[in-house]
Amino acid sequence: MADVVEVTDVRRSYGGYEAVRGVTFSVARGELFALLGTNGAGKTSTLEVVEGLARPGAGRVRVLGHDPYAQRPAVRARIGIMLQQGGFPADLTVTETAAMWAGTLTAPRPVAEALELVDLSGRAAVTVKQLSGGERGRLDLALAVLGRPEVLFLDEPTTGLDPESRRNTWALVRSLLDDGVTVLLTTHYLDEAEELADRLAIMHEGRIVRAGTVAEVVASQPATVSFALPSAMAVAELPELAGTLVVDDGRRVEVHTDTMQTTLTELLLWARDRGVELDELSARPASLEQAFLAVASSSAGQAGDDRDLEVVA
Amino acid sequence: MNTLLTSGAMRRIRAIATAELRLLVRNRTAMFTALVLPLITVGGLSAIGFGENGDLPLGALVVTMLAAFTLLYVVYYNLVSAYVGRREDLVLKRLRVGELTDAEILAGTALPSVVVAVAQIVFTAIVAAIAFGLDVPVNAALAVLAVLAGVVMFVLLAAASTAFTRNVEMAQVSTLPVVFLCMASLIFSGGVTAPENIPDTAQAVVRFIPLSPVVDLVGLGLTGQTSDGDTVGFAASWGEAAQPAAIAVAWIVLGLWALRRWFRWEPRT
Repeated sequence: MADVVEVTDVRRSYGGYEAVRGVTFSVARGELFALLGTNGAGKTSTLEVVEGLARPGAGRVRVLGHDPYAQRPAVRARIGIMLQQGGFPADLTVTETAAMWAGTLTAPRPVAEALELVDLSGRAAVTVKQLSGGERGRLDLALAVLGRPEVLFLDEPTTGLDPESRRNTWALVRSLLDDGVTVLLTTHYLDEAEELADRLAIMHEGRIVRAGTVAEVVASQPATVSFALPSAMAVAELPELAGTLVVDDGRRVEVHTDTMQTTLTELLLWARDRGVELDELSARPASLEQAFLAVASSSAGQAGDDRDLEVVA
Repeated sequence: MNTLLTSGAMRRIRAIATAELRLLVRNRTAMFTALVLPLITVGGLSAIGFGENGDLPLGALVVTMLAAFTLLYVVYYNLVSAYVGRREDLVLKRLRVGELTDAEILAGTALPSVVVAVAQIVFTAIVAAIAFGLDVPVNAALAVLAVLAGVVMFVLLAAASTAFTRNVEMAQVSTLPVVFLCMASLIFSGGVTAPENIPDTAQAVVRFIPLSPVVDLVGLGLTGQTSDGDTVGFAASWGEAAQPAAIAVAWIVLGLWALRRWFRWEPRT
């Protein structure tokens, strides 16, 4: 499959500050690629360069085979862009706003259809200034899909939406993917990336620090087995377990392990042999959240969060 | 800027202009500025006898003054407000993510104000012709071209003026330098004030003010009056037009340059 979006070693600076420091990724046709990151990680700065809103300081961007900045007319008719902040005249109604946008597009959907897609039909005659933040977000999404884009760029599409609207937005994005649309989105909601992304990249301080499918990114993190240390027992009495053992003051034991099944088997066999009841026992695979937090905390100089922990094995 | 007006461009400009017209109609202040202010200004000035010592006959005087104030209020002031308002509401940023070119966005936003301005000038010319017996223009084409050049000039000046206008409220102040300069142009124009009462230095300087070529050319086109107080016929009027026309073109070039250099598409962060 041809790559619809190719980003190669892109850099972008504001004054003396380098917000994007050599970012490389590609998005295949029909794929949803998510850029994850904390605020200020450089997601939007990267996205703006890919959308052709800004010229990269260095590096190369291709969208549908064209330079999105220098060859704007060749690219724009085939892409849809949702910005973080609406940018609609406050005194136009929803329908008037969408009709204005439709008038600027080469092959727009009917306005009513686009509003229906984002559940705004009921608010069609309302002026933009009377819309809630979530409704404005949906209007922005309606405009982004109005031109039947081949590639859709969504900058934090569900920020500020209520849970039901989020679900509806996800459903719409999924149906667009089913139709073969390629999507590049930024988000700081991990569940959104887990739900939608074929592949994702975690950005931190202007760089991509993890990339791949959700499973690949998560695989870099250990699974966690945890339980409460039985009251009459010292840490030293615990068996030798594969992985890293951490105990907090509240006598809660966590084992971080790359081999969850082996660790769990050893633990349970030991407990049966000793007749020990393990309260609050849980075993969970690594999550995207864990991978994300590991990246996010790697910056501030606090390596891990083991301030009050005793490392045994 | 250099694309031809293709059918696609026309369609896109019309879409923006339609939305902008709705916004204009819903904005009472802008509607007052566009429809009423030029008329009451010219009416008030006529009532106090402004321009009665000048060379222009009353009908031509009224049309010239109204063209001047319409360009100032309806095109210049209104558009500074509109461009700044759209910029601060992030509308310009939004429009730029689509298929529109920059020139189409600026043209579409300007179109309703321009149409209102031109309609008002035409309407006034007709009323003046009936009420004050406007003579058959010496060179009507020249007057029309002068108004069109004025429109282009003040659209560009409005766009350039957004660079030093932080928000819509500030437009009331930031537009004053251009408005006052243009008032001076009107006061020291030979058609309005008797030429012998205008100091030579003022006359030399004033002709370079943006509004001056428009006032000179509209007066010249309607009556054949030159800024020196002579009267010429159709053929000679083209020659007399050369210098003001050159000044108008210079302002248009300067406006384009300022626009490209200083126009911002989103609020200062």
